[in-house]
Amino acid sequence: MKNKRNAGVLRRVMGYVTPYKKLLFGSFAGAVLSVPLALAGPVFIGRAIDAIVGTGNVNFTGVWQNLLLLGLTAGIAAFLHWVLQVCTRKISVLVAQEMRQQAFNRINAAPLKRIDTTPHGDLVSRLVNDADAVAEGLLQGLSQLIPGVLTILTTLVMMLVLDVSIALVVIIITPLSILFARFVVRRTGRLFTKQSQAQGAMSAFVGEMVTNQNLLRTFGAEAVSEAEFDENNQQYFNANFKATVYSSIINPGTRFINAVVYAAAGTFGAVIAIGGGITVGGVSAFLAYANQYTKPFNEISAVTTQLQSAVAGAKRLFEVMDWEPEQPDAKNALAPTSCKGAVEAKAVNFAYNPGRPLIQNFTTAAKPGQRIALVGPTGCGKTTIINLLMRFYEVDSGIIKVDDNPITGIQRSALRSLYGMVLQETWLKWATVHENIAYGRPNATREQVVEAAKAAYAHSFIKRLPKGYNTIIETGGGNLSAGQKQLLCIARIMLAKPDMLILDEATSSIDTRTEMLIQKALEKLMQGHTSFIVAHRLSTIQHADIILMMNAGKIVEQGTHPQLLAQNGYYARLYNSQFSIEE
Amino acid sequence: MKLIAQNFKGHYREIILGPLFKLLEAILELLVPLVMANIIDVGIRNGDAAYVVKNGVIMLVLAVLGAASAMVCQYFAAVAAGHFGRRLRKQVYHHVLSLSQAQLEEFGAGGLITRLTNDTNQIQNGVNMAIRLGSRIPFLAVGSIVMSFIINWKIGLVFLLSTPFIVLVLYLIMKRTVPRYSEIQQNQDILSRLSGENLEGTRVIRAFSRQQQEQEDFEKAGDAMSNITVRVGKISAALNPITTLIVNLAIVAIVWLGARLAFNAASQPGQIIALVNYMNQTLLALIMAANLTVLFTRALASTKRVAQVLQTQPSIVNGPGATEVTGAPAIAFNQVSFAYHQGGEAVLEDISFTVAQGQTVGIIGGTGSGKTTLAALIARNYDVTSGEVLVNGVSVKQYALHVLRAKIGMVPQKAALFSGSVRRNLTLGAPTATDEEIWQALQTAQGADFVKNLPGGLDAIIEEGGKNLSGGQKQRLTIARALVRRPQILILDDSSSALDYATDAALRRALKEDTQTMTTIMISQRAASIKNADLILVLDDGKLAGMGKHRQLLQTSSVYHEICASQGMAEPEVTP
Repeated sequence: MKNKRNAGVLRRVMGYVTPYKKLLFGSFAGAVLSVPLALAGPVFIGRAIDAIVGTGNVNFTGVWQNLLLLGLTAGIAAFLHWVLQVCTRKISVLVAQEMRQQAFNRINAAPLKRIDTTPHGDLVSRLVNDADAVAEGLLQGLSQLIPGVLTILTTLVMMLVLDVSIALVVIIITPLSILFARFVVRRTGRLFTKQSQAQGAMSAFVGEMVTNQNLLRTFGAEAVSEAEFDENNQQYFNANFKATVYSSIINPGTRFINAVVYAAAGTFGAVIAIGGGITVGGVSAFLAYANQYTKPFNEISAVTTQLQSAVAGAKRLFEVMDWEPEQPDAKNALAPTSCKGAVEAKAVNFAYNPGRPLIQNFTTAAKPGQRIALVGPTGCGKTTIINLLMRFYEVDSGIIKVDDNPITGIQRSALRSLYGMVLQETWLKWATVHENIAYGRPNATREQVVEAAKAAYAHSFIKRLPKGYNTIIETGGGNLSAGQKQLLCIARIMLAKPDMLILDEATSSIDTRTEMLIQKALEKLMQGHTSFIVAHRLSTIQHADIILMMNAGKIVEQGTHPQLLAQNGYYARLYNSQFSIEE
Repeated sequence: MKLIAQNFKGHYREIILGPLFKLLEAILELLVPLVMANIIDVGIRNGDAAYVVKNGVIMLVLAVLGAASAMVCQYFAAVAAGHFGRRLRKQVYHHVLSLSQAQLEEFGAGGLITRLTNDTNQIQNGVNMAIRLGSRIPFLAVGSIVMSFIINWKIGLVFLLSTPFIVLVLYLIMKRTVPRYSEIQQNQDILSRLSGENLEGTRVIRAFSRQQQEQEDFEKAGDAMSNITVRVGKISAALNPITTLIVNLAIVAIVWLGARLAFNAASQPGQIIALVNYMNQTLLALIMAANLTVLFTRALASTKRVAQVLQTQPSIVNGPGATEVTGAPAIAFNQVSFAYHQGGEAVLEDISFTVAQGQTVGIIGGTGSGKTTLAALIARNYDVTSGEVLVNGVSVKQYALHVLRAKIGMVPQKAALFSGSVRRNLTLGAPTATDEEIWQALQTAQGADFVKNLPGGLDAIIEEGGKNLSGGQKQRLTIARALVRRPQILILDDSSSALDYATDAALRRALKEDTQTMTTIMISQRAASIKNADLILVLDDGKLAGMGKHRQLLQTSSVYHEICASQGMAEPEVTP
């Protein structure tokens, strides 16, 4: 069953390989021709030696002819070997690149649910490490497997032609080497797994401790931590020691068996040579073959492990490629470039996990230009509403309309570009400040970018960055404070000038004085545009046209600030709690 | 280097004997072709089968002895390198824990982690390989040449001529390829970064409909990597063919010379066969030597990186010991200024204040105003640039570090937890705390209820970084963690930001009751959280922009007034 599935994966990988016909031809031709040519060497050497009969009796023409042949075949074999390597390298790299790109593209076409529920680190590792394993496996597989098998077969034939009985000696003893290698590899495989587990545990421990070293320090927990480290360290040592010892006997072990084969072939060959059954040159050729006969076996067994990890890697990439993409937009879907901003939700139900309903019977309506605030405890579904408005997730039942058009009838990209979105989790690219602000309008001029930055009160800190608008922002914006990152995200929206706005805790990581400034900027931006605001600082939403007080996925209260205070319910309690000090 | 080498202690026997055993194997191995030459030139020539068999047995004995000594060496190498690695990791870890915050930041957490894991492994591996191959490989390479001279010095010249060519080819090819591998690695890092970025930013990317562009960027990076890999592959693929070709040409020369010498009775076929054998051995040894060089270069680079850490003297060390002054203020800052880097911009400037025992101090100010830094100076996570910080009337520099820090319960801004049980986390600073004490701390921190509901209670497992807990839950655990220590000084660094207002108020009430004798420092951005403090410090851009009580500050500090106004708290009457 498992083999069958692996065979399926392999077939599918081959589907990527076969289009490279020229390269494949180069690779095969290289292998088929270079191997026998290289293996002919010992025969020519043997014949040349046989031409040396004794003192004063050397057939120089014979020596010279054979050496010429040796030089020629060696030269051609070397060139073809190189061709083989280059062709296979190219195939393997191109195939891996294609698979990686397809997986990446599929990620970008997949529903958000997939991306939200799959660990990102795992996906990154598929795109990088697994694609690499595929490339490496293909390279080794194509450049070692076929030549390896060819070498074994050719050597076998050569030896049998030279002398059957000596060949038999070599053929009988050689499997010992294979059995030995297999035994060790099997043992070490388990030990290496243990070792990498111990290594992983230790790395995780060290990572955690070093990143939180300030805690260890202030809590005086250094000694405790060192004791724990020692334990991890000891465990790693144990696993590592066993794996090292076992794996380190492979080389001397195979060398030993090789030496036995060499001794046996030499002795046996010499005895037969005394009887005239073989020439001295023949013996020398035999010795050369005996010396390298075990090599391809070991190489092939090494390639098998490489291939296994390649198949495993390919399988993981195919899994991503086979993700169901988002339902494509309907053919007649609308593609509005602007809207008035009337948003209506009717009886919307939604659950991330079937059986655990989250949004229940959500109904509200926003007139063009209105400001709608979503309030409620963590996990009540505020952010989920945004996911539904943007069609990051699709409603289970009910309907959401923009300007009276159901959003399922609007192209996703068009719908999303109607909104400008500022989220609590800021996201910036590894790119310049300029490029980040212009992310939604890539061909904006510097003046427009600066203008947007000024409107978001980001201009003054950008100016102070080492390279101003050309400063590169590192991953996660490591060189900026949380507040500065948020300002850039706001500037990004300022430049895009969308018709509607979504602000999800947009100012939570900014201190209140800066927030006031941004609030002013956002105020400008929201003027005349329908806006959805999620906030836990109630001061920021008091002027909203509609406040939706949510709890456990339902709207429990709906109205303006004074109305809700007058109701003296959830909202009033929440509002008052921020002032209830320890009196 | 010395610092690292001291970890060899106790295993000198293995380190010396290991290579010697390997040398023995190499010597035995070099003898084999010679024995074979005798079988051919004496045994076959004279038709002496007994001689042939006798020498065959000798070859077998050589093989057995060689394998045995090799195994001994491998074992010794594993023992010595293994223990060396274990001690080195312990040494580095111990040292890392003694470094100060500033030094830590200089190396970066990532840098230290790589040094502790990858680099130490790399060094251990280098030690292992040095013992295993350090003697064998050079000996085989040189030994083959020497043997060729012993057999026939004229043919030996062929060896002397061809080896430099092989070495040159190896050098040229590796010089061109090895540095490229780090370039490939960099390209791979770019791919990782782009994919991580893409996944994190899915929502923003789709909101702006930029998927196409993202895919193109990714493809460009992938193509760049493919190109460089193929280019390097073309060069590195030439290594084996070219060196093999050189060896084959050398063999042509050997056999030709041998034939001419044999004509004059100066050589024999068996000798020629042995020489061909040695030539092949030379090539193998040289290729191995080249690989070994790469490995050692890498190990050496790692050694340097590790040594760099070990040579860094901890900048914050124990003081001579302190006699505390009874009745002195719990905390006092005397004209304290601080900059993270020497000559850099001051983060705190000329700060002076005193806090009496048991008082509650509120610190408020915008992001980047220096609040967290101020707290870090009390725990001596950094040393002041000028001025003095006193705890119980004694400079913090006088204290032994563990004595000073035992007085302090710190709740950092970032609610960091370790993987492991709730208990393990809460007893971080008080390993001997009883369950009762833990529950009491949880009660105060408003965390008892949710911990009770966790499967396993105190034994519930927290995932790395507290991933399985909400922000508010994490914060409450970090508060409890500080309280379990029963500290004299409790520092809460914006540690209720993830709590809703009701829980926050309950927490403050409980803290007030439970921590009567504790001096509490409360850092916050919410004026409501600190308005009842005995003393409020208003920080603005590293300077004190006001100090006093709430009502008083509303009058005297414009910064404070502005903060309160932005939070709807400027008018005292607003408070019901």
